[in-house]
Amino acid sequence: MSYLSIRNLSVRLKGGPPLLRRVSLDVGPGEVRGLVGESGAGKSMIGKAVLGILPPSVEVTGGEILLGGTDLLGLPPKDRRRRIGATCALIPQDPLTALNPSHRIEPQITDRLVNILGWTRAAARARARDLLEEVHLPDPERVLRAYPHELSGGMRQRILIASAFAAEPKLIVADEPTTALDVTVQKQILKLIREMQARHGTALVFVTHDLGVVSKVCQHLSVLYAGMVVEDARVADFFAAPRHAYSAALLAATPKYTDPDAGLNPVPDAVIDAVRAEVAAFDAAKARRGAA
Amino acid sequence: MADAKGMDGRSMIRRRAGPRLWLSAGWLSILCLAALFAPWVAPHDPLAQDLFLGRMPPFWMAGAEPGYWLGTDSLGRDVLSRLIHGARVALAVALIAGTITCLVGATLGLLAGFLRGWVDIVISRLIDIWMAFPPVLFSILLIAVLGPGLVSIIIAIVVIDWTRFARVVRAEAMAQGAMDYVSSAQVAGRPRIGIMLREILPNLLPTIGVLLTLEMGIAVIVEAILSFVNLSISTDDPTWGSMIAEGRTAIHQAWWVLVFPLITLFLTVLSFSQLGEGLKDRFDPVLR
Repeated sequence: MSYLSIRNLSVRLKGGPPLLRRVSLDVGPGEVRGLVGESGAGKSMIGKAVLGILPPSVEVTGGEILLGGTDLLGLPPKDRRRRIGATCALIPQDPLTALNPSHRIEPQITDRLVNILGWTRAAARARARDLLEEVHLPDPERVLRAYPHELSGGMRQRILIASAFAAEPKLIVADEPTTALDVTVQKQILKLIREMQARHGTALVFVTHDLGVVSKVCQHLSVLYAGMVVEDARVADFFAAPRHAYSAALLAATPKYTDPDAGLNPVPDAVIDAVRAEVAAFDAAKARRGAA
Repeated sequence: MADAKGMDGRSMIRRRAGPRLWLSAGWLSILCLAALFAPWVAPHDPLAQDLFLGRMPPFWMAGAEPGYWLGTDSLGRDVLSRLIHGARVALAVALIAGTITCLVGATLGLLAGFLRGWVDIVISRLIDIWMAFPPVLFSILLIAVLGPGLVSIIIAIVVIDWTRFARVVRAEAMAQGAMDYVSSAQVAGRPRIGIMLREILPNLLPTIGVLLTLEMGIAVIVEAILSFVNLSISTDDPTWGSMIAEGRTAIHQAWWVLVFPLITLFLTVLSFSQLGEGLKDRFDPVLR
């Protein structure tokens, strides 16, 4: 039984083109699913839809987001917010803008515990200190009293990871958590996310454009193109033999660190044309259904 | 381990207040004290006329009358005493009008920038329409309708200048609203109004502070302009604007009647704007 189950989710720009085309995917408890695709493929949009933070210019036009068996989209906004707040968390992309510059670190970690879940301040503080130790930050007492601008990007990303795990969520959406970081720090952060996820048994949706990262962190992945899932596979199967021509080309296009002299292999135009034709066929079918 | 070497060196720098902050705060403090204790500080009655003492020059010039440090105007009134009493009106207008303008403008700007949607459309259109009115004519018209007086001036300044705050705060609130920390707070289940006040507003305060002090300076100027065209408070009470207006008629015979209020006005407006910038440099938690 999967913890998060997205069924035929469609999202579009208000009065504009579709951004997600009947996306379906499942994430079991303690499972890690990678969402890959090029920029604008809709990977982040899925994460945002699950967490209820779609921008106001975007609307959901159909489908279900089942979280522990309840359809989030069917709940009244207040209940939905409470449910997401109690069970989900976000590891955002850019650690530099993800902490509020006006507040110290401590309230930013404990806010949800104290104000949403009703913990005492002392208990929340102790929890925050433990979490900072868990993410290997030296001198947690001092970090708790610091302002974000006093800390480096890597430290801030560790704090965000600690903060995401603070309320023992069932599901975490990591939205390109390593993209904004230096390569050497990226590796440590990935390891940390993997380690924390395994220890806490959290389901994780990992949004990235880096297939190398997917192979290290995820068990399942969905490949997206233009808001459509073109392939849904187990990671081991995918890297052995991708089924869809587009995902095969995407895999071939990933630069190999082992062979730095090899040229880049961009996705061939024929493959792009083929996958675009699929998207067009999907839209045409939908238009026919709408007309009928 | 680039990220584990400890606190960033930037946090160790102690920021100094700097001469800019000291000078502007100093001048404004002197002015505030002078205004508060005007009846005791002023050497003469600002309204007392003495035609035998008309157009006495300031103390360093030949023919100066002892006790009248900055000279007298054509009716023999003491310029220094009038400046000190004029500071009362100027500062009252600056503080009250500046604060109310700030509250009104910043609130509307924050609502528009954070809530977006139809709230933003309504407020933004209002700002556009508002800014199409020529401000000086608008204020003169307002005073003409409301009648002269301190309250009318304050209302006029608020009505004209709220857009200054609303525009800047709206843009800044939009920028802050796009930050990831807002998404995190949303996911945590904070209601929108809580996010606006607790997450966004603190980050706007440095900007609002600078705008507020700037607006106080502008309020002083607007009051002076309205006094200059005789639309301020009752003509008896001394104001810097009315002193400038009177001094203008006798500029060739007694330049000091014009120049001292001008210098005072200039220093005050400059101090307000420098105070804001200085405070921002000193207290903004983020070094930009």
